[in-house]
Amino acid sequence: MATKTEDYLGITDYKVIGTRPIRHDGVDKVVGRAKYGADIDMAGMLHGAVVRSPHAHARIKSIDTSKAEALAGVKAVITVDDLPLQEDKIEDLGEGAANLQHLRANVLADGKVLYHGHAVAAVAATDIHTAQEAVDLIDVEYEVLEPVLTVHEAMQEDAPLLLEDQTTQSLGEDTGQKSNVCTHFRHELGDVEKGFAEAELVIEREFDTATVHQGYIEPQNATALWGADDQITVWCSTQGAFTVREQTAQILDVPVSQVKVVPMEIGGGFGGKIRIYLEPLAAIMSRKTGRPVKMVMSRTEVLQATGPTAGSFIKCKMGVDKAGKIVAAYAYMAYESGGFPGSWAAPGAMCIFAPYNIPNVLIDGYEVLVNKPQTMAYRAPGATNAAFASETIIDEICEQLDVDPLEFRLQNSAREGTRRADGPVYPRIGNEECVKTALSSEHYAAQLSGKNRGRGIASGFWFNVGLKSSAAASVNSDGTVSLVEGSTDIGGTRTSIAMQLAEVLGIRAEDVKPQVVDTDSIGDTDVTGGSRTTFATGWAAYQCALDIKEQLIERAAKLWEISTDDVVFDDGTFSSSDSSKTLSFKELSGMLDETGGPVMGRATVNPSGVGGAFAVMIVDIEVDTETGKVEILRVSMIQDAGKAVYPSYVEGQMQGGTAQGIGWALNEEYAYNGDGLLTNASLLDYRMPTCLDLPMIETHIVEVPNPGHPYGVRGVGEVPIVPPAAAVANAIYDAVGVRMTNLPMSPGEVLKALWAKNGGNGTA
Amino acid sequence: MNAFDYEAPQSVDEAISLLSAGNGNIGILAGGTDLIAQLKEGRKIDLMIDLKRIPEATALSFDEDSGLSIGAATPCSQIYGYDVVQSRYPALVDCTSLIGSIQIQNRGSIGGNFCNASPAADTPPAVIVLAGTCRIAGPNGTREVAAEDFFTGPGQSVLQSGEFLISIQVPTPAANSGAFFLRFIPRNEMDIAVANAAASVVLNSDKTTIQEARVAIGAVAPTPLLVADAGAALEGKAVDDEEAIEAACAASRAAARPISDMRGTIEQRIHLSGVLTRRAIQGAIQRAKES
Repeated sequence: MATKTEDYLGITDYKVIGTRPIRHDGVDKVVGRAKYGADIDMAGMLHGAVVRSPHAHARIKSIDTSKAEALAGVKAVITVDDLPLQEDKIEDLGEGAANLQHLRANVLADGKVLYHGHAVAAVAATDIHTAQEAVDLIDVEYEVLEPVLTVHEAMQEDAPLLLEDQTTQSLGEDTGQKSNVCTHFRHELGDVEKGFAEAELVIEREFDTATVHQGYIEPQNATALWGADDQITVWCSTQGAFTVREQTAQILDVPVSQVKVVPMEIGGGFGGKIRIYLEPLAAIMSRKTGRPVKMVMSRTEVLQATGPTAGSFIKCKMGVDKAGKIVAAYAYMAYESGGFPGSWAAPGAMCIFAPYNIPNVLIDGYEVLVNKPQTMAYRAPGATNAAFASETIIDEICEQLDVDPLEFRLQNSAREGTRRADGPVYPRIGNEECVKTALSSEHYAAQLSGKNRGRGIASGFWFNVGLKSSAAASVNSDGTVSLVEGSTDIGGTRTSIAMQLAEVLGIRAEDVKPQVVDTDSIGDTDVTGGSRTTFATGWAAYQCALDIKEQLIERAAKLWEISTDDVVFDDGTFSSSDSSKTLSFKELSGMLDETGGPVMGRATVNPSGVGGAFAVMIVDIEVDTETGKVEILRVSMIQDAGKAVYPSYVEGQMQGGTAQGIGWALNEEYAYNGDGLLTNASLLDYRMPTCLDLPMIETHIVEVPNPGHPYGVRGVGEVPIVPPAAAVANAIYDAVGVRMTNLPMSPGEVLKALWAKNGGNGTA
Repeated sequence: MNAFDYEAPQSVDEAISLLSAGNGNIGILAGGTDLIAQLKEGRKIDLMIDLKRIPEATALSFDEDSGLSIGAATPCSQIYGYDVVQSRYPALVDCTSLIGSIQIQNRGSIGGNFCNASPAADTPPAVIVLAGTCRIAGPNGTREVAAEDFFTGPGQSVLQSGEFLISIQVPTPAANSGAFFLRFIPRNEMDIAVANAAASVVLNSDKTTIQEARVAIGAVAPTPLLVADAGAALEGKAVDDEEAIEAACAASRAAARPISDMRGTIEQRIHLSGVLTRRAIQGAIQRAKES
């Protein structure tokens, strides 16, 4: 475990890191041989389906399963009564936490349904069609209650309560006040009132952002087999096999050792595949039937009933002095939790003013229950909403001060030693370098001309996380190394982790065979989330390689009958200090049997020296003022990666995050009707951008090494989603002079803003 | 999806007798891009009749006298890939090439698009302005209905029990004519029209005056609409008569009677009817000039 403040080795002549070898899982994925959860088939396997609530908010009066049970082919029907009771206990999921009673009631509704699509019962049958028919035969009687759909409604004093026992935790204390507001927290730095009093210019605006979904292409799925020996195996699509094991064991009330989770290949997660939904249902129905049970969600179920990320209301205020220095900032951040507590205002509050050195800051955060699915992480959760508020206000300040928005960001930039409002003092960070790279970019220098065209700038921050990782590796007699680890590979991390091991041992990336294994086959490893995997599991692989190196030095010493102190290892070659004897890594690997047997390395880490990531986006857009449609003309994303272990994957993350952020900016939203029913639960009407909606996204990788990692690695996966919404809003203002304060900035909303500015209501 | 019977008749007569004899709910299968999706979402049928073995249903032919004949089950990609369609009916290329993805275009048909009768369907406005007709086969023989008269409401058409759409007939375009279709969607593909519009014009021999014009709009009423007033506003007017074009746009806005839903509001759709009408007319005039 690393606790030093400076772990960075300062290597400048990497052999493997920074190169672009062929990814280890590439061929299987290209030819379609990679196995996903939906590919699972087993003898005697049953198919499960879920009864879901047609209401947003209702009390369940009765559930009659008799007709379904009587249908030929139906083997099991379950409701919440089949799940063991839970204590009121919080379980850490790695990215977010869950109260076990709430997790149970989310998996199968307990007395009340809290959102459209909430699971009420489940069925297992010999084929999926029979299971679906049985779903229709289950009669659920509801007492429909008034839905609460926005934080504005939910925070009203007389708002209907979703969870009748929920009280507000305010500033760490239970107020005893029954409310939909679960949590109120505050961060305070300096004296914000004094700061605003000193300000020459103060801008305050209010922002609403819609609930949005991660939009991973592969739906949630789980297959479970509860053996006669009470050993339970779960195959599923998850960002973290160990968190699935922990949650499933808790919900089933069995020891973790009784559950083995086999992570299948994953078709995207973005924070949405951490909480469990289907796993305990499949497991309980397997126990009842003695057969494996497979469950795969439809796209509609994914959108209705897995965790989207929070819609929000943010009131933000910033003040600058005569010299253009930000002197005070305030934010009121109310984020939706969905039907159960636990939301994303807290990480949002850590990010909202993070790129700036501001002496006086006050942030009030609120997490609020609404009749929507329980929210989940989505790529830098909470930070995109936050940056939409603060970064559009900064744009307005720059406009009023008539200063260049990048020069302003440089002048006010956070740097090493700056204290963030929520407490941490920055180590070496790369925000200034990102801003400078943007300033000197060809894109920023390029003139943008044409009617209704505009350019927008925005910055973003994500703190990244460390957490637990394990790795084990064995040296093969042909000079290769088999590496096993427990991190779901979403963005190419098998390879970026293997490369860190290869770098230590002086072998090629191709000479490492990395594998992501099940929970019985490697030490505990936290989720692939928080942009941690290349940083932390990569670090475990690095430590693992050091372990192997030490053991091989001992073998060489034994062979040569010299002291280990006299063995030098450099660039994949062992030599005696007098240079009389040398053995390559491969040669020595072939001599293991005669020097004492196999060599394995192992490491577990829980590193603290996580390096925060900053990004700056430049976007050019054109508005069709007759339709309100925004066309993205050119995008550049500039991001500090610390060290880009595999530059193509870093670029891929930057492009992917930018694309998702632009979707969030322009069209994505959960459209609920007045009854709280989701009206766009399909990818036709939940409009993520397609490839025709985006130009090639230009990437600029900045490398300011993270002092807290041997190779200077920072997390890269999340921060690129942070700037886009604000950058696009700022570009729209530059193009047509309207300040958009709500997300999404869909054509209808832009048109309304244009009508409000220019007069007219579209009838002429 | 529930179990159902499947029949693939090889002639119009065989299809009619299956339709007449069939009990319960019948689903007619052309490309299946609507029907199969609906079955997966819970629509229940007892019998599926696949039209694709009936030669007339998948034919695609052109004759200078009788015009273009498009089998009801002919997939979109065959239609826009047909050289006659590309050279003589560009408005049909406009609409058939933007429905769904290429995979969908390889299955989905104009006939299916008509019979599904979505108010937002993309092929009807173009067929309407091209004065197309629907050839309907039934127990009492074959009848023809003007495209604009085919639709009676969302998901509803003039098809009676025992009838099915066999083909779409589109007359040969007049000399100096042009037609154009476009839609407005928030994305650039894979979407359903918030509003759409088509226009066709016939110009005089020196291509300065509009002799005949037709305008149709979609997704702004329970059915696609032929806006006769919009066409009338243009007839006899110069191709660059801004007032006439604005009058046509106003006629479209007046004809539109949309709903608000998650795809767009009433205000937005009425406004877009005018915007798209203008763009369709300008596109049609441009094509007529280039003809």
